[in-house]
Amino acid sequence: MPLLTVDELTVTFAGRGGPDTTAVSGVSFTVDQGEVVGLVGESGCGKSVTSLALMGLLPAKGVTVGGTARYTGTGTDVDLLTLRRSALRDLRGTQLSMIFQDPLSSLNPVVPIGVQVTEILSRHRGLRGAAARKEAAALLDRVGIPDPTRRLKEYPHQLSGGMRQRALIAMAVACAPRLLIADEPTTALDVTIQAQILELLRELVDDQGTALLMITHDLGVVAGLCDRVNVLYAGKAVEAADRHRLFADPAHPYTHGLLGSIPRLDAPRGERLNPIRGSINDRIAWEDGCAFAPRCDFYTPQCLGGAPPLADRPADGAAAPPEGHLVRCVHPVHTTAEATEVSR
Amino acid sequence: MLRLIVRRLLQLIPTLLGLSVLLFAWLHQLPGGPASALLGERATEEDRRAIEEALGLDDPVWVQYARWMERLVRFDFGESVRTGRPVWEEFLQRFPATVELAFAAMLIAVVVGIPLGYFAARRRGTWLDLTAVSGSLIGICIPVFFLGFILRAVFAVNLGWLPSFGRQSTGIDATEITGFYVLDGLLTGEWDASWDALQHLVLPGLALASIPLAVIVRITRASVLDVLGEDYVRTAESKGLRRRVVRGRHVLRNALLPVVTTVGLLTGSLLSGAVLTESVFAFGGIGSFIRDAIDTRDYPVLMGFILFIALLYVAINLLVDIAYSIIDPRVRVN
Repeated sequence: MPLLTVDELTVTFAGRGGPDTTAVSGVSFTVDQGEVVGLVGESGCGKSVTSLALMGLLPAKGVTVGGTARYTGTGTDVDLLTLRRSALRDLRGTQLSMIFQDPLSSLNPVVPIGVQVTEILSRHRGLRGAAARKEAAALLDRVGIPDPTRRLKEYPHQLSGGMRQRALIAMAVACAPRLLIADEPTTALDVTIQAQILELLRELVDDQGTALLMITHDLGVVAGLCDRVNVLYAGKAVEAADRHRLFADPAHPYTHGLLGSIPRLDAPRGERLNPIRGSINDRIAWEDGCAFAPRCDFYTPQCLGGAPPLADRPADGAAAPPEGHLVRCVHPVHTTAEATEVSR
Repeated sequence: MLRLIVRRLLQLIPTLLGLSVLLFAWLHQLPGGPASALLGERATEEDRRAIEEALGLDDPVWVQYARWMERLVRFDFGESVRTGRPVWEEFLQRFPATVELAFAAMLIAVVVGIPLGYFAARRRGTWLDLTAVSGSLIGICIPVFFLGFILRAVFAVNLGWLPSFGRQSTGIDATEITGFYVLDGLLTGEWDASWDALQHLVLPGLALASIPLAVIVRITRASVLDVLGEDYVRTAESKGLRRRVVRGRHVLRNALLPVVTTVGLLTGSLLSGAVLTESVFAFGGIGSFIRDAIDTRDYPVLMGFILFIALLYVAINLLVDIAYSIIDPRVRVN
């Protein structure tokens, strides 16, 4: 039984005087113990909303959440989406915790870092006073913040961007959660710091055996960190595969386009970038067909027969069908040798 | 911190100097004067001259200003034209009443306003929110003196629940130490005197509180709504903290920052509101004394009192800045 089984997760925001918006429409995926799973997609594909729904952090009013998210980390099987708020409050921080995108705005500006770390220790581990401060310093030290005792007394604005994100990570791992959700943890940081933070996450995951759900739009992050990858488009998973398979042999035209759009250092000078045309707003409702159809190079009228199912990727010629490679497409792409080269 | 205070106090000097010049020029431009006010309409030209000469009002304005300034640097504010007593004494005698009233009003505004604004924000769109928002609009619109009259008519005159005027009932035997009657009663153990003074504070306090209360409700509500949408509140929730901690440490603490500034500014404006409220309730503070001084063109009193109020205003703002730098580390001066 996986640690987390998300099945047909749907999140709908009530429109204010307008039509409702479905941000996530039937996303399913699993996360095993200690596994790093990526949720990948461009802005607006529903990946952040998925993470907030799992944590129970969506607003109570005006949001409808459907589907199930069965979590087995406590020894019993609970559905995170229907759990009482108070019970969820007990799970958050200990079982599930989250790292956010913008470390500056995610830290309380008028409360010292130390208090923001110790409050989670006193809430879940009952540590108080000097013991809590000592543990907080140890945590900061562990995430690579130099001079932790001094930093505890400082405020978020006195820390650098990288250190703020490290402090947030320290809070998230303070109670050794079973599942860590990281929502674009490196987007607000510059490239060298990004690499350090990813390295740190990798270490923590390996040390604690924590499972990591990595939400990102950055395929570089996926390539470096994730065991398995789910590609989201317009609120649905369109492809799910092992990291190596996904990069070597993307089956969905969208994944294919994403990989093809990565600029290459060794490309000839002056060569044009290769973006996916249109934007995520150029889409049709899933009920009418594949939402990606208006942007797809492989579009045929067959694509308009309702949402294609997320099914095993069909076998490629003589080869046996690959295991655990799912794709939601009427006619998946068979990557040529050249494209495989590009993605490497 | 000390440098900030010293710098602000030094800045005060040119401010007050400029204010005194403007004030002096303006007051002496007003039609009429102490002489006609003291003597009435039927005074002869001769009598008027005599008084003006005695008060030095026949000299050019700048000579009068220089004379006033010369006494001021020796901390001599002159004597009231009307009562003949030193301005400083008159001020000290009345000031506690006004402070007591302003404090009562601000206490009501803060104690009622902040929770009301907070819950209006948390229950946005409910009847509580609508009542708070529309009630605060009414609070801002109703003139203070009008509200004072209504409150007095209903609760003092008709229902007889509370006293209708003054600071203390006439029959009360109270020892005066600080001039703050409620405090004096507590200090001397004369509970009845304290209680009586407190009752006298309720209606004028409510009338005076109406505007700051309305403003505080609005500001708190808007600020809490802002903060509720902040990322750090979501972070706090994601840590599974208890509701009490999320609300107190993460929501309220941040939401109160703009409220503190507002309270400071409002405290200054309470002093001007006090002029009207004190008149309605015959409260005997500096407000009603200023009104009488305007009627009689009591120049020394007006100059002295208005400068005191200006000084007070600046002092309050300095206090607010200091308080702000304590509660918001981002503006802390090192």
